[in-house]
Amino acid sequence: MSSNDWPLWEVFIRSKQGLDHKHAGSLHAADAQMAIENARDVYTRRMEGVSIWVVESKNIHASNPSEGPSLYDPANDKIYRHPTFYKLPEELKNM
Amino acid sequence: MAEEHLERIFQDKIDEEIRIEPKDWMPDAYRKTLIRQMSQHAHSEIVGMLPEGNWITRAPSLRRKATLIAKVQDEAGHGLYLYSAAETLGITREEMIAQLHSGKAKYSSIFNYPTLTWADIGAIGWLVDGAAIMNQVPLCRASYGPYARAMIRICKEESFHQRQGFEILLTLSRGSEAQKRMCQDAINRWWWPAVMMFGPSDESSPHTAQSMQWRIKRFTNDELRQKFIDVCAEQCTILGMTIPDAELKWNPEKNHYDFGPINWEEFWNVVNGHGPCNKERLDARIKADAEGAWVRQAAFEYANKKKEKEQRKVA
Ligand SMILES: [Fe+2]
Ligand SMILES: [Fe+2]
Repeated sequence: MSSNDWPLWEVFIRSKQGLDHKHAGSLHAADAQMAIENARDVYTRRMEGVSIWVVESKNIHASNPSEGPSLYDPANDKIYRHPTFYKLPEELKNM
Repeated sequence: MAEEHLERIFQDKIDEEIRIEPKDWMPDAYRKTLIRQMSQHAHSEIVGMLPEGNWITRAPSLRRKATLIAKVQDEAGHGLYLYSAAETLGITREEMIAQLHSGKAKYSSIFNYPTLTWADIGAIGWLVDGAAIMNQVPLCRASYGPYARAMIRICKEESFHQRQGFEILLTLSRGSEAQKRMCQDAINRWWWPAVMMFGPSDESSPHTAQSMQWRIKRFTNDELRQKFIDVCAEQCTILGMTIPDAELKWNPEKNHYDFGPINWEEFWNVVNGHGPCNKERLDARIKADAEGAWVRQAAFEYANKKKEKEQRKVA
């Protein structure tokens, strides 16, 4: 990377009031303000958003896919966390 | 883990239609193939703005002008989606741009043809965007996650591109004699280059088998080309125009249109840099990059200065 390359930003967009921000993609910009303006032009040309978050990509820490099995192991054998685990009579309503 | 073992896990995932994500292990050749294909695709979107941009100031009405600007702006967006998707594979934006400018990376040859009349804007929308859509829809299911997601976004936006192009041609086809001639002339010039957009025929496309195994590709070049020709042959009748291929004829046994031979010599000529506008297109990109350098630098310095000031305030 040469010295004046703009950093990479991850863009998150809330498509509608009441919904979560969702990852839309990434782009380069000199600062946060420019990243938001570029995100508007790149990712919301058709009213796809009501709110934009930008995070400099270097600040995102990700889990390692190869550690997946051990990382999620604690949840793996706990099917009793799901409602369908419990066998109840058919007559029982509204539960 | 041994390379073979990793490779087997990788191929199993692909066979099960599980997407590959940036941090997952992948074979080097898969990464290289994707970088080549995605950067070439991104470059095509960006260079593709040039032939159409040529008509923005001369669009025949305000409505046409607004539409064309919106379309060209979309293509810039498509280029950006694809550049950032390619960057997840470990190549920088600067490297990709440098490869375009040095000629190491290619872009779609179709954009090396000139836009001589307003009807060309219609023909590009109908045929060039039409062929692009044919190519791109299966890519929405490409095995590499960031590529597939970029393609979904792109495909959503493409359909207006093709429709606005067809509308331009339809208007011309119902106009004066001169307008009809202009319409036919544009179709005559863009037809064969559009047919060639699907790339060399299957027997001279050595990478197809591997790309299909990796599910980067889902159909061969010839399969997509046939689909495109079948669709256009029908659509052209609505325009009342002719497709410039004397051998184009419905074949009820094959359930497809037969078509005449493709001039592969012309195709390779343009790919290798000898098309009508290759030099002009590359020069325009290099010039834009050079003339924008000071703006990028100024924005960079300004952002840094602002950051320093804020840090001093905090301290
Ligand atoms: Fe596009
Ligand atoms: Fe397009």
